[in-house]
Formats: sequence, C-alpha cells, structure tokens
Amino acid sequence: MTADVSLQKLCKTFDKFRALKEISLEIDAGEFIVLLGPSGCGKSTLLSIIGGFLDATSGKVLVDGKDMTSVPPASRPTTTMFQDYALFPHMTLRDNVGFGLRMRGMGRKDRALKADQFLDMVGMMSSAARKPHELSGGQRQRVALARALAVGPDILLLDEPLGALDMKLRREMQDELKAIQREVGTTFIHVTHDQEEAMAIADRIVVMNGGVIEDCGPPSDIYMRPRSLFSANFMGEVNFIPASVTGEEGQLIVVDTEFGAFSLSTSCFTAGTPSPGQALTLCLRPEQLRPTADKRTSNLLCRAEVVDGVFFGTHFRCHLQPLNASSDTFVAHMSQSSTVSPGDSVDILFDTADIIALPSQKQEQTHAH
Amino acid sequence: MIAHRMTALLSWTYLLILFGFILLPVAVLVLFSFQDGTLPIPPFNGFTFRWYAEVFADDKLMAALRNSLTVAICSSLIACLLGFFAAYGLSRYRLPGSALQRILLMAPMTVSYLIIALGLLVVFNWIGIRLSLWTVGVGHVIINLPLCFAIIYASMGDHQKNTERAARDLGANGFQVMFLITAPMLLPSILAAFFLSLTFSWDEFIISFLLSRFDVTLPVEIWSLLRSGLNPKTNAIGSLVFLLSVALLIMLEMFVFRRRSKP
Ligand SMILES: Nc1ncnc2c1ncn2[C@@H]1O[C@H](COP(=O)(O)OP(=O)(O)OP(=O)(O)O)[C@@H](O)[C@H]1O
Ligand SMILES: [Mg+2]
Repeated sequence: MTADVSLQKLCKTFDKFRALKEISLEIDAGEFIVLLGPSGCGKSTLLSIIGGFLDATSGKVLVDGKDMTSVPPASRPTTTMFQDYALFPHMTLRDNVGFGLRMRGMGRKDRALKADQFLDMVGMMSSAARKPHELSGGQRQRVALARALAVGPDILLLDEPLGALDMKLRREMQDELKAIQREVGTTFIHVTHDQEEAMAIADRIVVMNGGVIEDCGPPSDIYMRPRSLFSANFMGEVNFIPASVTGEEGQLIVVDTEFGAFSLSTSCFTAGTPSPGQALTLCLRPEQLRPTADKRTSNLLCRAEVVDGVFFGTHFRCHLQPLNASSDTFVAHMSQSSTVSPGDSVDILFDTADIIALPSQKQEQTHAH
Repeated sequence: MIAHRMTALLSWTYLLILFGFILLPVAVLVLFSFQDGTLPIPPFNGFTFRWYAEVFADDKLMAALRNSLTVAICSSLIACLLGFFAAYGLSRYRLPGSALQRILLMAPMTVSYLIIALGLLVVFNWIGIRLSLWTVGVGHVIINLPLCFAIIYASMGDHQKNTERAARDLGANGFQVMFLITAPMLLPSILAAFFLSLTFSWDEFIISFLLSRFDVTLPVEIWSLLRSGLNPKTNAIGSLVFLLSVALLIMLEMFVFRRRSKP
C-alpha cells in the first residue's frame, strides 16, 4: 500500500501571517521524505494540510493523482503519527492498534489477530494486553507506529515522532523506523528539526525555512551540494567566505576573496551560474579544510594560527584565526593523529572542487510575489 | 514547649467541638431511631429495631423511596448526558456567542431552587402539563445540568484534542469519537458529576414538593410525616436517607477520586 503525493502551490495564511508560501513538491510512492527546518517554519502546518486537518488557503494536494481538497482525514489514504503519540489511554495496546480496523467494520477476532501482527512487527507483542500508561516513551512510540500502520495507509505522516526520546533511543528508533518503512513500502513523510535524524533516515530531505522550500534532495546532496546558504548552514557546521565574481577563464569562473582569487568549475555553483560582479558566499565544511597537503590537489587558502583544539574522538575540532586577514575564525576538523596546540601556525589547504559558491543575500524578490 | 502543647490542645479541642457541632445532630438522629418508646427525645430507654421494621412495612414510604431513587438516577443521567454534550460542543467547536452560551448554561446555579420551582410551576400550568414525577425530574435536571456542565467542561483540555484527532484520522466519525474516545477519557469527571447530581437530587425538597402531586419523593413524604408530630419512625427513615448519602459519598471517593490519583 503506497502512493505518490503531489503538492501544488500550497499556501496557508493564518489571519495575516503567511505560514506556507507556494509549496510545490513531488513525492514518489514508497519514498521516505523528511521535512527539515527550524521551529515555526511551517512543517507541522504542511503535514496537517496533507493529513486533512487543516485546509490550505490555496493550492492542491494530490494523492495518487486524486485531488484531496474536500476529503476529510478519515477518508484519506493517510494516517498520522502524532508527536505526543495520542494513544487511547483507556484501551489496551491491542485495542489501540485495532481501533482503525474496528472503524472499518472488521470483526473482533480478525482485528485482534491483525493488531497482534503489527504489535509483533514493532516488538510489542508481549505487552498486547497492557494499557499505554504502563509503557515507556519509546514503547508508546512503537505502539503509535503500529496503530497508524495497521489500517494499511498509502502514506504515513509523522510529526516529530522521535522528539520526546533521549538521544540514544532516538538513534535506535531511527534505524527501526527506516527498516519498517522498507518492509511495508508505505510512503513516509516525516517532520523533524534534527538534521542528523534527517540524514540518517531520509531518501530525500526537504529543507524548509519561513514557509518556503529552501532545498530538496538526497541527504548527501543537501550536505555536500546545498542550494541555499540557509540549507548549508542548517545541515551542519560550515565556514563562509565572502567573494565576488571577477571573470571567466574558459570553463572556469574566477572569484576573488580576501585570500586571493580562485578558479571554480561551474559545478560549484549549485544555485545557478552567477553574473559578473555578483556577491557570493563560498561554503567549506570543517572537514574540507586540511592543515597539510594530501593526494588531492590542494590549494592554499591562508596561513592561520590555531586558537584552540578539542578532541572529539573521530577528529580534532579546531578554531583557526587567519593571519593578516580580517576574516572570522575558521572551524576545521583535523585528523585524530594531528598534533596541534594553540599558538601553532598552520597552512589551511582545501580543494576548489569542494567549494560551494552561493549568492550572498537570498534573493527576496523571488518569494515576494 | 508548654505553649506548643497548649496550642496543640486548643486546636484539638476546637476540632472536636467543630465535628461535634456538625455530627452531633446526625448522631442523635441515628441514636433515637433505635429508641424503645414512642418519643425520639431523651432519655434513651433502650434499643429496638421496631421503627425500622415499621418503615419497611410502610408502603407509602417505600414507594416514595423508590420514586426518589428513580428520579435521582434518571435526572442525573440526563443532566450528565446534556452536560457532556454541551461541554463537548463548546470546547471542540467554534460556536457563535460561546461565552454567552456558557454563562446561560451556568445561570441556573445562581438562582434559588424556590425561584426555579415557581418558574417551572407557572410554565407547566401554562402549557397544561400535569404535575408528576416527570416534572420533578425536569426540575432536577435543571438544577444539576450547570453542575455537570461545569465539572465536565473543566476537565476537557487540549490534551484530549490530539487523541480525538487520531481517532478521527483512523476513521471514527463524530459520534464514535465522542463515545469511544472522549467520554471514556473523561470518565472520572463524568462519574463525579453523576454522583454529585445523585446526592443533590436525592435529598432535594423544595422542587420536589412544589412540582409533585400524587407520587412524591422521599423528602416530601418525610415532611408530611413530620406534620403529624415527632416519632422515632421519622428518625429511622432519616437515618436511612443519611446512610444512602454516605454510601454515595463513599462511591464518589472510590470510583472518582481514587481513579484520578492514577496517571
Ligand atoms: N492556528 C494557528 N494560528 C495562527 N498561527 C499559526 C497557527 N498554527 C501555526 N501558526 C504559525 O505558523 C507557523 C508555522 O507553524 P508550524 O506549527 O507549522 O511550525 P513547525 O515548523 O511545525 O514548528 P515546530 O518545529 O516548532 O513544531 C508558526 O509561526 C506558527 O506561529
Ligand atoms: Mg511542529
């Protein structure tokens, strides 16, 4: 049971506040989509519109090609898993999971059987006769998942389902969620503001900010080749270097920074080819800055002084202050074996192919109308 | 140290006097229902169950007791149901003038029973409805509805909203959500409202007196007994009424407050 979803120019206005601004998105059947964005960016609003709990001010939701606009939540092929689980406190787990089947007119025996199947899938079979208040957060979460999946929805909507769990349990549940999604094949639309969670489970991440989609793509693309500064910044630590376009050099585009001029291939410009003179921001992840030249052709960015270094297990996280430059400190991840201590001077090297060059200020005009 | 003991002693004395004041009349009432004699006044002559036997043999009293129970249970059920509907509607839907509706629902609470009874009497006369236990029941629904509404409305929070949403999402219609999800979740407060209504209806006198004719409730029957003078039999029936009220209180404690202390 699975279906594709098409969002067409969805807008939602609360009083005067525009929570969603022309959201358009195509979701394939069986995809695991994660809506990622900071608090208040409209993720829950979007999910509620897909689930039918809110009406869009304008725009359409199509599921499997059918317009859902006037279809109430109960008749949509979607079910929602709520952040607070919303289990029925007065029913046993078996009755909770079987509730949707009961509403569909299934007999007591059949639905108990089917409910047990789904409880088994999430590993809660042994507690089938217990009540929700006897469970831990993680267990309730599993039951909520089983309940939502028991009715065989085409699309499962999950609103920060892991938000209330502690870090370790959350990582465990992510893997489980992903495995279950593969098993049932249902389209999952999952909301979170945790970018690590998004990268761990998503087939495709949709980065939202202020009611618009900033970026959309597989986790590696969003991280390595973001299409907006917001997206680059939100997905993890990043160093920004102001730059401007000065000219072309065959296939390459020359940009000027306070550390000198670099020639970048057009593939560095994920947001489109820039115009001459345009102000740019170059993005480099901490792990893309290296203190020593390695096999890849590395360019010298600048010489810098080590301000501090903290051991993180997998790497040393260092703050580096460029010498003879007004620029802010850079954050770099150095190898575990590197011996750096505050006060040392190191070269910062990088690969021009790693650079992502994005327009400096977001072009507000494109969203203004 | 001594001052401390003194205050402790004083507060204990105060407590005893207070409870004595409240409970002594009831204790005396119960004691003299066992009076072996024809007058329920001191001195206490001896112990007998004779008056209780007379109460249970008195068909009129027994009929009144049955009437009282019927009216109390039916009117409380109706008041609870209506209160629940009103609370559900007002907290779950955006209704025109909801503040005004809330005030109107609670308004009977502020009006004395006498006024309510008189008003109903006039209305029943006017539309030609004969007085009976039904009219008493209507009066009791009117006085208990605000109470039921207030108790149930207060316990309806946003917490249940998501749970109701989940039920609707899984295919439940409006009535199924209300009776399979909301009502069971609010059961403690619905039971509290029910038992409180029951106690109020059980010993309500003025409305029952003014709105009944041939079939009467127990308080009205006791009142007519009293007119023929004091008699240990009235003590016996009074003790029985008291016993039932206590039983209701204990039930309230057991079903409602015990439950509530659980998460
Ligand atoms: N019923 C409402 N009335 C008015 N404004 C609303 C309403 N619901 C949401 N909003 C506004 O719309 C914006 C988006 O809300 P939404 O709940 O979708 O955010 P979110 O991305 O889910 O945030 P979070 O991560 O905190 O859950 C917020 O700024 C919020 O204030
Ligand atoms: Mg939200």
